Amino acid sequence: MKKVLYTLIFCAGPLFAQGIENGEISGNFQSNSQIYYEDADLGISSENLPDERFLTNSFANIIYATRNFSTGLRYEANQNSLLGFDKRYNGEGIAYRYAQFNKDGLDITVGNFYEQFGSGMILRAYEEKNLGYDNAFDGLRLKYSPFKGVYLKSLVGKQRLYFDNAEGIVRGFDGEISLNETFGALSEVKTQILIGGSVVSKFQKDMDPIYILPENVASWAGRFNLYHGKWIMGAEYVYKYNDPSATNNFIYKEGQALLANLSYSKKGFGFSLTGKRIDNMSFNSDRNLKGQEVSINYLPALTKQHAYTLATIYPYGTIANGEMGIQTELNYKVKKGTLLGGEYGMRILANFSNAYGIHKAQIDEDTALGESGTLGYTSDFFKVGDEKYFQEFSIELSRKINRKLKLVGSYINTHYNSTVIVGYDYHGMIKANILVFETQYKLKPKHSVRTEIQHLSTEQHEGNWAMGLIEYTVSPHYFFALQNLYNYGNETKKMHYPNISAGYTKGTTRFALGYGKQRQGIFCVGGVCREVPKSNGISLSITSSF
Amino acid sequence: MKKLLIVTILLFTNTYCISQNTTKLLPSINIKSLEGKTLNTNEFENKGKPIVITFWATWCKPCTKELNAISDVYEDWQKETNVKVIAISIDDARNSAKVAPYANGKDWPFEIYIDANSDLKRALNVNSIPHTFLLNAKKEIVWQHTSYLDGDEDELYEEILKL
Repeated sequence: MKKVLYTLIFCAGPLFAQGIENGEISGNFQSNSQIYYEDADLGISSENLPDERFLTNSFANIIYATRNFSTGLRYEANQNSLLGFDKRYNGEGIAYRYAQFNKDGLDITVGNFYEQFGSGMILRAYEEKNLGYDNAFDGLRLKYSPFKGVYLKSLVGKQRLYFDNAEGIVRGFDGEISLNETFGALSEVKTQILIGGSVVSKFQKDMDPIYILPENVASWAGRFNLYHGKWIMGAEYVYKYNDPSATNNFIYKEGQALLANLSYSKKGFGFSLTGKRIDNMSFNSDRNLKGQEVSINYLPALTKQHAYTLATIYPYGTIANGEMGIQTELNYKVKKGTLLGGEYGMRILANFSNAYGIHKAQIDEDTALGESGTLGYTSDFFKVGDEKYFQEFSIELSRKINRKLKLVGSYINTHYNSTVIVGYDYHGMIKANILVFETQYKLKPKHSVRTEIQHLSTEQHEGNWAMGLIEYTVSPHYFFALQNLYNYGNETKKMHYPNISAGYTKGTTRFALGYGKQRQGIFCVGGVCREVPKSNGISLSITSSF
Repeated sequence: MKKLLIVTILLFTNTYCISQNTTKLLPSINIKSLEGKTLNTNEFENKGKPIVITFWATWCKPCTKELNAISDVYEDWQKETNVKVIAISIDDARNSAKVAPYANGKDWPFEIYIDANSDLKRALNVNSIPHTFLLNAKKEIVWQHTSYLDGDEDELYEEILKL
């Protein structure tokens, strides 16, 4: 009997391997390290520094995949986490593992997964490693497409909270239908229509000593997208039933969100307009957590994401408790051969965005606005609040002068309500003007030099800043850069933040080494932000994939 | 002892069978076109000619530079090699409405898709963008590169010419 068993196992090996023919293993790796030094100028003494002085965040993903099956894991080792990342990320372990099977339109995932319904305003699990953000689900997901044009998704799971899972259980269903692909009669129609809807609920036990809290919180959303030639139009509306939480000060008001967009584009011209209204839409897997770490939904900040250093000093983040705003962007290419366009044409990119509070009124004379245990406030859907949170106008012109030289000029005007956005009580509305001038020059094939001169002027907060950067690159392997930020308008102390960095890339492997000072600030990607402390040190970053 | 031996052989044979392939196939993942149509990556087609897949986003400066640079020489590349460039945006809800106006405003002649949930990005182990893949006639990944430096498009073109 034993013999038979052994034979079976032995033969099953290769057989199994044949069944999963063409299996492939792939993966990636990333490691960011920094050594921290004391710096009297920055006011960093040994007390502000971690005992170990050398900190590393790293992870590796490994995926094994065949045509219809894949399984993978991510091992993370943060020993210990870089300054600015939450200390609860300290440690090591397998923080993500899954198996996924996909056949005949049915897609089953068990374990961890990332997901987004519609725009994400009702549900979105994603990761942004550079921010230390990861709210992956741990559970089960089914995706099914009965026929082309119809897409159904359902899921149940708990969300990642550092190296643990949050308390709440999230259940969700989403359906999307492309009318033109589904109904033959519409397949030749020029206008493409997509409609979708979602239902999401969260369960968390009520242990509150004071209030009777809803243990199940439901929300639903409806959306459409319309494509007609050069036009695209879309909107999504989300409704959430009462969900008292630490973020909304335990009020029993419903939540609503609306996001609408319109765009028109043709060769050399693009225009978009987006508007949103958010009211009490924080939706967390754990109602007692004030942060965004286990957000079930994603509320996009509708402002331009800047790449120039000084333009990232005052970044906006969505105010989940209530805001209204618009964003509009214009892309235009001035034709070559015209006065403005010159020999190669000129590109213009202009953007305007703003965000205001929403209108809020007391529910009755005796109840304060947003008082815990009440309905909180009433709000007129179409009325804009009095308080301005943010406003920005930017324009960028870029023009190729000849085969070797390209110039970019940029102007940004920002109004940043620091009291509301980051809670600097004493700075209030910060008004800043930013100018950037960039040159890109090709010295010879593969060798280029790029320079940036930037200036930020403001009478509030830390005053004026100036910055210079010079970067030398040799394609396809090397870069070398020198930069200095100078906060010369700071009344307390004028400060230089010099940095030197170099990097080497080969294929998918990249090394970058840097040494210098880092200003204190808020670092944002995709609408989520993290506070970065000031520092002085050496950093090394290695990424690779195979 | 005997058990150990069997387990070892078992592991060995399995590993051997699994690790035969050296080239990688493109994973099959759903993405969306700028017209909202869902498309699977296995529907990418260029009649047996090479395909370049590059990841970008509206907020990524080096990505824009790379796509501008390829756009400038694309006509010549196509004439000589019939290569097709597919640009995949990983923009999320914050910027997804801007993708079409941005790409059209730049007058990019590429096929453009949106990978809003980053499913394809994850399946291809992309750490950061820009990240570029080159696929041969059998749609196997034969070359890839991360980041963009001025002139990197020449290296890509040399790789295309090798196919």
